[in-house]
Amino acid sequence: MSDRPSNSSSRNALLLALKHLALIAIAIAFLAPLVWMLSTSLKPEVQAASGELRLLPDPPSSTLSHAAANYSSVWNDRTIRFPLYLRNTLIVAGLGVIGMTLSSAIVAYGLSRIQWRGRGFVFLLILATMMIPFPVLMVPLYIIFRDLGWNNSLKPLWVPAWFGSAFNIFLLRQFFMTIPTQLDEAARLDGCSHWTIFWRIILPLSKPALAVVALFHFIYVWNDFVGPLIFLTDRDQFTLALGLQLYQSQAGNTPWNLLMAASTIMISPLVILFMLTQRTFVQSVATEGIK
Amino acid sequence: MSAIPARSVSTVKPGRAERRARNRNLFSGLLWSSPWLIGSAVFVFAPMLMSLYYSFTDYPLLEPPLWRGTGNYTDLLSDPTFRRVVWNTTIYAGVSIPLYTLVALLLAAALAGGGRITALFRAAIFIPTLVPLIASAMVWMWLFNGEYGLINKLLALLHIRGPAWVVDEHWVPVSMVLMCLWSVGQGVVIYIAAMQDVPRQLYEAALIDGMNAPRRFLHVTLPMISPAILFNVISLTISAVQIFAVPYVIFRRPDGQNPAGHYYSMYLYENAFIYGKMGYASAMAWMQLLVVLALTGVLLLVGRKLVHYSRL
Repeated sequence: MSDRPSNSSSRNALLLALKHLALIAIAIAFLAPLVWMLSTSLKPEVQAASGELRLLPDPPSSTLSHAAANYSSVWNDRTIRFPLYLRNTLIVAGLGVIGMTLSSAIVAYGLSRIQWRGRGFVFLLILATMMIPFPVLMVPLYIIFRDLGWNNSLKPLWVPAWFGSAFNIFLLRQFFMTIPTQLDEAARLDGCSHWTIFWRIILPLSKPALAVVALFHFIYVWNDFVGPLIFLTDRDQFTLALGLQLYQSQAGNTPWNLLMAASTIMISPLVILFMLTQRTFVQSVATEGIK
Repeated sequence: MSAIPARSVSTVKPGRAERRARNRNLFSGLLWSSPWLIGSAVFVFAPMLMSLYYSFTDYPLLEPPLWRGTGNYTDLLSDPTFRRVVWNTTIYAGVSIPLYTLVALLLAAALAGGGRITALFRAAIFIPTLVPLIASAMVWMWLFNGEYGLINKLLALLHIRGPAWVVDEHWVPVSMVLMCLWSVGQGVVIYIAAMQDVPRQLYEAALIDGMNAPRRFLHVTLPMISPAILFNVISLTISAVQIFAVPYVIFRRPDGQNPAGHYYSMYLYENAFIYGKMGYASAMAWMQLLVVLALTGVLLLVGRKLVHYSRL
């Protein structure tokens, strides 16, 4: 490279500039939908519906009052009851996250810290169930929950979480495998039971992995649309995902400003959670791709 | 008589202790795994068997299932809606997965280096993957609006008359693929992580061999991250086959679903919970399961030939 410096380095600089320009354009394209959502949620209905290309309402000084009006009318709507759906979602998420984290950790302990015949087979079976599409189980699960009398309650959405899930067990098992076995051997010589080792040694050492499982399950619950769609019929039981689509199914013109305000309400907790836990978050998504 | 027990005691004693320890371990192992063993029996394996049985019956939900043999399966093959949803789902998976993978790889290659600006770009591309499906459906429905949507307003600036994205049957598949690409950030993050694990010496050796950047990508990066690609393509395939929430909301019309925006799992759902044909829906479920297993198997086989598993 040193034999033709000026020519080649200026070409490289040009290429780098082009690459950055392209990346900026791509980043704008990826964020534009969310910016437009936010912008629409700040406008009065007529201005929003016209789709006029401006970020703030006309006049811009009215932004705050329109925003307050839109968000409070979403929050206080009598037929689409957002606070109630939020409460339901938080119940499912709270009970589900506790159960999912605890039970997945217990199973992962059995698969990583105890030597037993059949362990490899059970592990393979767990991996295999990751392939089963949910629609395959929709009909029989509906019938099982109907016979248990659970349909149209939140139970079908959080009780199964207390039995662990294949992906989270896999994730925790991989993490537990990296903890040196000398630790539990020493504890066993001291007469500790598996439960003590699990509770006092493995869990405290696995906080980051447990946080990832909790985070993933929270997002899963927040996102889940098909489960609530099948098991819930009564509007009082709806979760946020199900409540949001009520706006669209209403007759007549869609109130785009309100729909976008509602969408913003639904998205913002996840974006804030992401900002707070960015590092863990991105790393944990990345581990999905590495076996 | 006395010699035999004496000998057997001396040889069996450690064996028995060992066997007892092994049994104790088997018991603890099963005990600790029991949450999943019980949960999967109740919520996965029993439902699978139930659905296999229902698939051979006529089951209108409020009455008990009635055996009808393979009738549901033969009916499905001659059901025009079934053919349409299979076709739509196949096209969606066949176009979106390769495109998604290509875009994810290119973006990952561009963003694999460190630096503060790169981190910002990565965040910009990753944030859309956080948006819940149903919220992203709402946002895109607004962006795609034929008259007032942002996309057609922007196209109008260029004097292009944009199509009715979510209504026009020709454009429905295109808008599905565009929405799928919006969530490419997940793939990008996975591939960046895989690229950062590629040993530096390999790149140095390739540089000494005089390889330019595109060839280094093709001959070093791509083979080294191929296990991650295979894994990602398999999970994309499994989720593409189940696509439901977004098209369910976006392509809904007052008179039912837009036929171009009608996908396999949606028709399964409609059969079960709208038409009350649980048997018919279960036949669809088992066909879906078999297709997913077959596709995963094929991908793993192809992967065995193409994927490079390094032992470093």
